Amino acid sequence: MAEEVLLFGVWGSPFSRRVEMALKLKGIQYKYFEEELTNKSPTLLKYNPIHKKIPVLVHNGKPIAESQVILEYIDETWKDCPIFPKDPYERANARFWAKFIDEKCLPGIFNACWGEEKQHQNAVKEACEHLKHLENEIGEKKYFGGEAIGFVDIVANIIGYWLGLFEEASGTKLLTREEFPKLSNWADVFVSSCGIKENLPLARDKLIAYFRSRFGTGSTDASK
Amino acid sequence: MANSSCSDIKVLGAWPSPFVMRVRIALNIKSVKYEFLEETHSSKSQLLLQSNPVYKKIPVLIHGGKPICESLIIVQYIDEVWSSGPSILPSDPYDRAIERFWAAYVDDKIFPSMKLLNTAQGEEKTALVEQVTEGLVLLEEAFQKSSKGKAFFGGDRIGFLDIAFGSMLGWLRAIEKMGGVKLLDEAKTPGLVQWAESLCGDGAVEGIIPDTEKLVEFAKILVKMKGH
Repeated sequence: MAEEVLLFGVWGSPFSRRVEMALKLKGIQYKYFEEELTNKSPTLLKYNPIHKKIPVLVHNGKPIAESQVILEYIDETWKDCPIFPKDPYERANARFWAKFIDEKCLPGIFNACWGEEKQHQNAVKEACEHLKHLENEIGEKKYFGGEAIGFVDIVANIIGYWLGLFEEASGTKLLTREEFPKLSNWADVFVSSCGIKENLPLARDKLIAYFRSRFGTGSTDASK
Repeated sequence: MANSSCSDIKVLGAWPSPFVMRVRIALNIKSVKYEFLEETHSSKSQLLLQSNPVYKKIPVLIHGGKPICESLIIVQYIDEVWSSGPSILPSDPYDRAIERFWAAYVDDKIFPSMKLLNTAQGEEKTALVEQVTEGLVLLEEAFQKSSKGKAFFGGDRIGFLDIAFGSMLGWLRAIEKMGGVKLLDEAKTPGLVQWAESLCGDGAVEGIIPDTEKLVEFAKILVKMKGH
């Protein structure tokens, strides 16, 4: 049966890039549609009427939304190069850290970079506490997934690449090598890994300019 | 999976928490015996702080000494470990994705609005009621598609989304009572009204969702404690 895989994404979005990373790691052919966040296509709205967001994966006409849900779907559908461990406890652990990254780390980072000025110090402290948990979790491993890139590594693309952009855009440094040597090392390895490096949006200046225009120039800037 | 003794499996929880209810329903579906360790509201036990150092929250499942945290992650773990029991997630990857999507929707959209509704007044309250109702209407559509005429989102038997959303029913009813509002409505969400009845009558759920009155009393105590 002819397989049709469509992906609706945005070039600078870590969420749609996650899906592309998984598809590319598994060698899955797909057709990509670039969306404009301020002018979403009727097709996207048809496929994701609930959240109206990217990414959306459409497999043989059936849409799936939410990047982590999509990643699990991809791993369950295309069994080559698994991104989840086999052991149930390890799987639970992977899901735990992925959830932590999106629900705690990311909002914490945003708050530190672009939150209220008077809360800035506290926000930075909290964001660093979250990064400390990741520092402890990566430990001596090459990847969060062990010897090979896994689910958590892909979800942590935000930490591995986008965090640097947020830091530059906002002027707030969080992931320092002194405080987070293991996580910094993981980030270096991650962005230079096969299957990942080809899939990162490399126009850093363009991205930094975009983040500044969308979120402001940093916690010292009152406008958001 | 080989038989484990009851002491091998512990659930750290508290009776009013819908997230803890999810874990207990899942273990019941698999007929797994466990030791329930009730956390008090006022202080967290050493075991909890050790087992969940990141969030310091219940529920935590401790299996053979290893902790698993976050209710929906625990439910999936239970499904994968006790694979010979009735399945909680469907077998088809697309159906699994749909259930995971809606379970996340319950946690990210419906539950937070429900929580705010508890103490909201006036215009804010009206807006929240509308938000929750709209969410439930979307879930009603999902239910019609997913159940295919059967009693549950999971079909003939309770599944992942039934657990994720069903665990909220106690508090949904308590909030309706306290706020004098109707959230699950015969007119707007007839399927879900019927579903709620079937779910609460299911053997795996029996004794897990507390009586509405008990939750209302608890909510009053909580409000007093927080000094609202």
